[in-house]
Parts: sequence; structure tokens; C-alpha cells
Amino acid sequence: MSFITRGFSGRGRDRDPRLPPGQTLVEDWPVLSAGPTPDIDPADWEFVVATENGRHTWNWDEMHALGVEDITVDIHCVTHWSKLEMAWRGVPLDKIFENVETSYDYVMAHSYGGYTTNVPLDELLDGQAWIAFEADGEPLTPEHGGPARLLVPHLYFWKSAKWVRGLVMMPSDDPGFWEQNGYNLHGDPWAEERYW
Amino acid sequence: MKLDGNAIAGPLAEVFGRDVTLAVMTCSGCHESAVIARAMVYVTAMGSVARCPTCDRALLVLGPGPGARIRFSMPGVSSLELTPDEPDAA
Amino acid sequence: MTHRPAAWHAATVRSVSRETASARRIEFEVPTWPGNDAGAHLDVRLTAPDGYQASRSYSIASSGDSRRVVLAVDEVPGGEVSPFLVHELQPGDQVEIHGPLGAYFVWTPGDERPVQLIAGGSGVVPLYAMAELHDREQDSTPFRLLYSVRTPDDRFFASELEQIAARGRLEASYVYTRAVPAGWHSAPGRVTRDALAAATWPVDRRPRIYVCGPTPFVETVADWLTELGHEPRAIRTERFGGG
Repeated sequence: MSFITRGFSGRGRDRDPRLPPGQTLVEDWPVLSAGPTPDIDPADWEFVVATENGRHTWNWDEMHALGVEDITVDIHCVTHWSKLEMAWRGVPLDKIFENVETSYDYVMAHSYGGYTTNVPLDELLDGQAWIAFEADGEPLTPEHGGPARLLVPHLYFWKSAKWVRGLVMMPSDDPGFWEQNGYNLHGDPWAEERYW
Repeated sequence: MKLDGNAIAGPLAEVFGRDVTLAVMTCSGCHESAVIARAMVYVTAMGSVARCPTCDRALLVLGPGPGARIRFSMPGVSSLELTPDEPDAA
Repeated sequence: MTHRPAAWHAATVRSVSRETASARRIEFEVPTWPGNDAGAHLDVRLTAPDGYQASRSYSIASSGDSRRVVLAVDEVPGGEVSPFLVHELQPGDQVEIHGPLGAYFVWTPGDERPVQLIAGGSGVVPLYAMAELHDREQDSTPFRLLYSVRTPDDRFFASELEQIAARGRLEASYVYTRAVPAGWHSAPGRVTRDALAAATWPVDRRPRIYVCGPTPFVETVADWLTELGHEPRAIRTERFGGG
């Protein structure tokens, strides 16, 4: 029964050719919190990769020792905002997987607080993903996923799991938290893979 | 934004066809029960997540689908008890 | 409680008036409205010419069987719906509303336990609906209101609440967080646990307590009430936010 309310246009929805379809540029950095914000001391932080063969773990210093990179990337949230040319610092997943043997093709990222999201392994390698500690020159705050979050900028930003604590290898592409609740298994912003 | 179960009364009424804020949910994690109105609800632009007031487990998720569709799931609810029109069911 | 199914309705603006410097009272005519209990809320949905939609929840200031529905909307700066409702909406305009919603945060006459209303800012709207119904129905339950608000000019339903209090139907206490009237008994500041204990029904009166306001206000007050010994089940809360 929807009808138009006179004079209502909604918030400005301008277009920019650098943006994927349906996205709007923002200058601030919106926070999307679907649960309590965990408070994790880097001294207690531990990162785990679990495969069919066993577990690999890194503490905060061991992770940094793998080699931190500076990168500049655009990020695109499925809720229609994008930020262009954000400076990040983090360890590429290529370094993490150098010594990990697995025959499985899919990854479930797990976060402190229970959040999960699924990504194919080949979309995390070859310079496509990082464990990030800093954005715009500052350590990541807890509300933005600090002390460490997954950064997979070529997919919608829900794939860049805040408060990441590990990756579990899977033989099939099982859905994570939002993927079980209506969001696309893959999430390519240029193909507008928002929902199922 | 952290609110409570009152905040999702509208979308839940779309799902159930009536107001269900007095329905009693039992958490499959900690087994505590509470009316939906007492759940902690995180309202986000991606969807709303109702969490157990005792253990924070995600009980209900309301996500959007294409167009005006609503996708509803109950990942953490072991049972849902509906008591019709009882003002003091809480 | 009357069964009042939630549904979508076309609502036509009858009148708009200034509520406070940042808020507006809006009266709708809703021919299909089933009426609502005191404390219920509704969702307002706006649709743009290109099909874009936005909706927000608002508590209803009116109650009963009337087809007249009153809202008092506070503008959230930078919000998408409330600035439109406060500045643009005019008599004769139509919006969609979904309701009545929320069978939990409602009060119905005929219960003997005293009622304690505790409001933070625009959270007074559903509590005003309860106090107004209690007054209109000549209900004998004793009612108290503790209202925390920035300044005296920011009070919603200020004259209506004063009139209900003047008729002896409500004991109202105010806490001003930013500015106080001349000669006020204390400096501006937030509610404290002691002030809460002093201004509300004691535990042995077994009050039904309704707390509505921004999330941090509601959580602080609800924790103090529990510490003071009130039964958690007697404390009903409604948090709001977003515009």
C-alpha cells in the first residue's frame, strides 16, 4: 500500500564514478555494531589458523614479525557507503599461509564476541587481504575492530571481520553470521552481490 | 545502536502477523528465558540482532532481502512461547 | 486489554505545533486505527518519489479508542526521518504508520500497585500517555513521575503534566541536567542514585516502574532501581535512539 509522502526525498544519494553501483561516498567512518564491543588487550591477543592437519598460532609480536605492510584501499559497506583511499597497516594473509598446509578451499573467519564470516581462500591470497592493526595512521579502536581486524577490501566490508581471532579452513563454503541471515555468500560490491 | 526488543516490534509484527514483544524466548546457550521486549537489540543498517539479556548470544536476526523483503531467523532460540493478549505475561 | 492488531495505516496530518525548541507535536487522523494502549508505539514510514523508504519508531502520546493519534517528535540532528517530521510535514500530508506496537511497555487502569514513571528527555512521551490515561479515567492508583530533562523549556507536555499534577493525579519531580529555573533547590546535573531513591516510591510500596529514555539513562536507572531492592520484573524499560 506504499504511497509517496510529499516532500520526502531521503538523505542525499549522490553518484560518483569511482563508486560501485548503489554506493555513496562518506567522509566519516560509520560504525556498525551488531553486539557488545569486545575489549581485547594486545598482550592477550592470539591468532589461530585451524586446518584439517592442526593449529597454527601467533601472538601479537609474532604476527607483526611476519611483516607489516602499508596499503591504500577503498572500502565498500553493503549499507551503501564507501570510503576511498584509506591508509591501512597490516600483515598480508600470504605471509600467514606461507607455512600452512591445507587441501580445503574455504575459510571461516572467527571473531572475539562470536561473529563469523566466510571467504574463499583464493580471495584472501595474492595481496587481497590483511590482518590489519592501523587505519588512517592510528591503531584500530575497539569500535572499528581493534586491536586487529580482517581486511578484505575487494568484498563488502562485513567480510572484513572486526576483532578477528582466527581462521578455520572448511571443505565447503559454509555461511557465516550475516550470510546465514540474507546476505550474499560472496559479496562482490562491483557485482552488487548484496543479498541471496 | 543498542536498544531493546520494543525496537523490533514492527518488523516482528510483519513476520508473525501480530505484536510478539511479550513472547517468551529461551536462549539455547544459557537456557534463561525472557520476553522479547527484554532482549538487547542492536539495530544496524545491515539488520537487527536481538541478544540474550543474560549471555549476549544472538537470539533473533532480522536482515533485509532484496526490495522490501525481511529475512528472519532465530539462531539462538531453543523455544518461543506465545501467550495471546495477556498484559501480565512478563 | 483490548485486542488491537498491528497493521499498516494511512495517517493524515491534522495539526502540527511546537512542543519544544527542538520538538514538534503532530496530530494524525487515522480512520482505520484500532486505538492503542497507553505506552504503545508505532513505526512511521516515509516513501520518496523514487521508491526509497525510511522508517522510525515513535511512542504514542495518546491512548484509547480514538482515531486521533498524537506523536511528539524530537529532532535528531543529522537524522533522516525526524528532521523531516519536525520541519517539513504539514497538515494534509500523509504518511504510513504501522501499529499499535509493543504490548510490554504499556499501562492499563485497574491495577492497584502504585506506578512510578521515570523519563529521560523525549522518553517522557509514552509515560505522558500513561499519566494522561490515568487522569482521564479517574483511576485511583497513585502515580509518580521523575523526569530528567536538559532545561525547563525542554519539557514535553509541560503544561499538561502541570495540570494533571495540580489536580492531585500525579506527583511530578524534575531533574534538570543543563539549566535550572531561578531559585531551584540544586545545581544542574544528572540524576543520582540518592535523588532517584528520594523521588520514587519506596520498595515496600511494590510500585510498577516504567523507565524510558536514551539507552545509557535507562540502563543506569534500571541498575540503581535493582540495587535499591525493586524486583527486576517490576521494572519495565524502553530504550530509544536514532532519528
